[in-house]
Amino acid sequence: MEMKKLAEGLHALERKVLPFIKKGTSLSELVEKSKLSDVEVMRALQWLGNKKLVEMQSELREVVELDENGKKYIEHGLPEKRFAKAIETRELSAEKIKDAAKLDDSELNASIGLLKQKGMIAIRPGMIISLTEPGRNFLKKESLEEAFLKKIKPGKLSTGKLAPEEKFALDNLKKRKGIVKTGIEKNVVASLTELGEKVAKEKISEHMVDSVTTAILKSGAWKGKKFRRYDVSINVPQIYGGKRHFVNQAVAYAKRIWTDLGFKEMEGPMLNTSFWNFDALFTAQDHPVREMQDTFFIKNPAKGRLPDKKLVDSVRKSHESGVCGSTGWKYKWNDEEAKKNVLRTHTTVLSSRTIATLKKTDLPAKFFAVGRCFRNEAVDWKHLFEFHQSEGIVIDPNANFRHLLGYLKEFYKKMGYPNARFRPSHFPYTEPSVEIDVFNAEKKEWVEIGGAGIFRPEVVYPLLGIDVPVLAWGPGFDRMFMEFYEIKDMRDIYSNNMEQLRKMKYWTK
Amino acid sequence: MTVLNINRKELEKNLGKKFSDDYLVDRVSMMGAPVDEITKEEIVIDVTPNRPDLLSQQGFARAFATFIGLKKGLAKYTVHKSGEKIIIDKSMKNVRPYTCCAIVRGIRFDDEKIKEIIQIQEKLHVTFGRNRKKAAIGIYPYEKIKTPIRFVALKPDEFKFRPLEYDREITGRQILSMHPTGREYAHLLEGFERYPLFIDANNHVLSMPPIINSHDTGKISNSTTDVFIECSGFDFNTLEKCVNMIVCALADMGGQVYSMDLVYPDKKITTPDLKPKKMKLDVKYINKIIGLQLKENEIKNLLLKMGYGFEGKNVLVPAYRADIMHQIDLAEDAAIAYGYENFKEELPNVATVGEESRSSKLKTFVANILAGIEATELNTYHLINRNTQTKLMNFECEFVEVANSVSKEYDSLRYWLLPSVVEVLKNNKHVEYPQRVFDVETVFKLDKTEETGVREEIHLAAATSNEKADYTEIRQILDYLVRMLGLSYEVREFEHSSFIEGRCGKIIINGKDVGFIGELHPQVLENFGLSFPVAALEINLSVILDL
Repeated sequence: MEMKKLAEGLHALERKVLPFIKKGTSLSELVEKSKLSDVEVMRALQWLGNKKLVEMQSELREVVELDENGKKYIEHGLPEKRFAKAIETRELSAEKIKDAAKLDDSELNASIGLLKQKGMIAIRPGMIISLTEPGRNFLKKESLEEAFLKKIKPGKLSTGKLAPEEKFALDNLKKRKGIVKTGIEKNVVASLTELGEKVAKEKISEHMVDSVTTAILKSGAWKGKKFRRYDVSINVPQIYGGKRHFVNQAVAYAKRIWTDLGFKEMEGPMLNTSFWNFDALFTAQDHPVREMQDTFFIKNPAKGRLPDKKLVDSVRKSHESGVCGSTGWKYKWNDEEAKKNVLRTHTTVLSSRTIATLKKTDLPAKFFAVGRCFRNEAVDWKHLFEFHQSEGIVIDPNANFRHLLGYLKEFYKKMGYPNARFRPSHFPYTEPSVEIDVFNAEKKEWVEIGGAGIFRPEVVYPLLGIDVPVLAWGPGFDRMFMEFYEIKDMRDIYSNNMEQLRKMKYWTK
Repeated sequence: MTVLNINRKELEKNLGKKFSDDYLVDRVSMMGAPVDEITKEEIVIDVTPNRPDLLSQQGFARAFATFIGLKKGLAKYTVHKSGEKIIIDKSMKNVRPYTCCAIVRGIRFDDEKIKEIIQIQEKLHVTFGRNRKKAAIGIYPYEKIKTPIRFVALKPDEFKFRPLEYDREITGRQILSMHPTGREYAHLLEGFERYPLFIDANNHVLSMPPIINSHDTGKISNSTTDVFIECSGFDFNTLEKCVNMIVCALADMGGQVYSMDLVYPDKKITTPDLKPKKMKLDVKYINKIIGLQLKENEIKNLLLKMGYGFEGKNVLVPAYRADIMHQIDLAEDAAIAYGYENFKEELPNVATVGEESRSSKLKTFVANILAGIEATELNTYHLINRNTQTKLMNFECEFVEVANSVSKEYDSLRYWLLPSVVEVLKNNKHVEYPQRVFDVETVFKLDKTEETGVREEIHLAAATSNEKADYTEIRQILDYLVRMLGLSYEVREFEHSSFIEGRCGKIIINGKDVGFIGELHPQVLENFGLSFPVAALEINLSVILDL
């Protein structure tokens, strides 16, 4: 059965070549017998070789072929033959012979030398030349040289396999100008392997169908015939298709988790005044996070406008003397500091903006964002100045700390981290604050993912006008997709290397 | 986060107990200070900015002892009255208006203790003191000082003293230019006509805050037993907390705390005040926030674990805590004492409707349509080099400039998206062609009507590059995209300096001008070193959202 399958899997070219392969069969022989071109036979041999049906060997050999003069002489006869022919019935002067036999000077001289040496001509004074008896015999039969030229006329011939008289003729011809030329050539010989012999014995139908064409479909010629078997295990050249960027695939998945959990997507600018990015989030104006080294400030336009006075005054009060019974930070809040434009340092700015748009009747409400943030850092393998956060807020009069942990746990479970743990932490705008770790099952270690908490009343009250618990989180997102895509160097996230993009697997969580 | 090295042996001696590595890592982390490293000698922890009181061996040990139940409740500190005075001159008012002081006696300073006290001072300087801007601390050997002390501002050339680790006396001005610490903090006194000084009754300069102490009167040695502590700055409340943190740590070292009378031009204050602050305990509020139903007694027990005390219904907040502003801060400490690991998570049943934003949806539609015609989506930075979006593109525009980028080559926000895409083609010259790419992202345009002076738009840029890339190909992409979005469009002749004249068009969708399309000019290709033609388009998707 195995042999039969192999046999049925032979390509048309293989089928045409295989029957002629014996032991050490040369390429030229196969070309001649199969009536295929060199290239086709080579291709067939290679395929057969891959299937271990044929072994190929190549050897170097000397070959001989016709040269320029040789090609001429095979057409019009060798010069000495033409010379002898011209004086077959009469004697002639050398000059006349030259004309009659259409020889050039060197051919004339060579012919005279050659014929005279063999005693085939007689020369009288005045260069009058006549044919002798041996000369007449010479005319009657084909010379060894002529026979040899005829033999190599179709193409190159290996000199290794010549008969003694052919060898003799070749040596003579080689001494003469431009009749034959020799060279070294690589010769491919093929032999059947044991397996090959068995397969060759299988009956291979002449009428295998190679490919399904419109013609055979139309004519129905495929009916009752066998189709050539393919080697379906074979490797094929890779292709690539258009696709979404791998980061956006992961982001899309995270968005889907949040919408499934009933969260609405927040939108907002990347460039914000410090008011929204820091002050509305109860981050004191002298907090180190607001200093130059962490935050991208804008040269032009360096400052923006503050929102309506009521909100600004409320935020000011929250900082200076506190709201809802808080003491506040107890310092003088500065409008100008709040006007400074920054590239958002966290997506939490979307939360502060969103809460400011809500009315009491909108509650409970849940919002999310998965967005780009900026940190003024030099780029290296573990630092980038742009990164993603996965932001969320739940504004619900009944929300509590356990709900916060519940939402986070659910999100990370869906992201592929069934084990998440929570540790105390600190952010200026949340209390209690939480640091989230997820367990990397492969590396067997806890990985710090980022922060969460409940917004302080000092944040919520100025924005919303009432004191309601707001669960909030904004952990980093990049670490999770980096793990999935096996990215070690953060720069590879935005390198946009087309080879990487084409080969990168799909987000399949 | 501030890194603190804790001497493990000292801690174990102090608490009278040995702990395993695992136990320490777990408990210290769950108290709120992640452990970076643990060895037989040291525990290296991260201290969050809200807990500067943990920034000392003593402060940490104090908190940890109650947290793990070795001690309970409020640590009590007594302040003895010394009657010693410090007189704050009216010249200080506009220079460095406040100081807060204390004396601690009876500490046998050895090398280890000197090291510890320097560590406390340094850590508080950097964090709570905002690099000495908000609060600067000085600690002096009390035996070398004669009270009363004056806090006074003098002209920088009118006084001289020998700063720490310096070989001779120099003037205030010279300190800022010649002494290494002087140079480092000189900016804090920039623009002042007078520099602040602590001067004792012998007329010796003790220090020039917030820069440096005197070598003669401001350096603690092995023979020191009593210290004078001052903290100076602009906000009395901050200084008070700072001094409290230091004296509590020194008291934990075995010192006796003595007060000082601060004589301001208009008032007299005695510090330190280590009496705890009273705060009402709101059991209902705390339960509501942390989602538990604990009894008053249970919550009290949790807060005792966090070092608080009680007086009837009132919580006593330790004088060294600088972060308790509101009942919610007590809620967090109760939660930490309860143990974050002991909370049962709950996914509440709150009915809300989830939805992606309109722009998110449009981005997805556009990306999916283009991916369907074998285009590869890119993901590029919003920051870009100014030359890339102008000169290299043979285009002029007014863009948003970034003030202080650490990555110098990224010095502007992109005005348009196509330069980012062309730059990607440049970086992929070695990769197999054809290349067909697109990017959907935000661009930034100056616009005075916006709150920040900048308008953000979502753009699509698409480009195709191969031997035969031409207008027809990119136009087919445009045509397919717009048809699939169910919109109609037209292209009108247009000139754009990045494109070949006569092979560029303006894209009009539903009558609105949304972008442009064409074959990139060979000059642009040359600028980017590209050797295949590029046909490209850019569309403002924000306009489509508003249709």
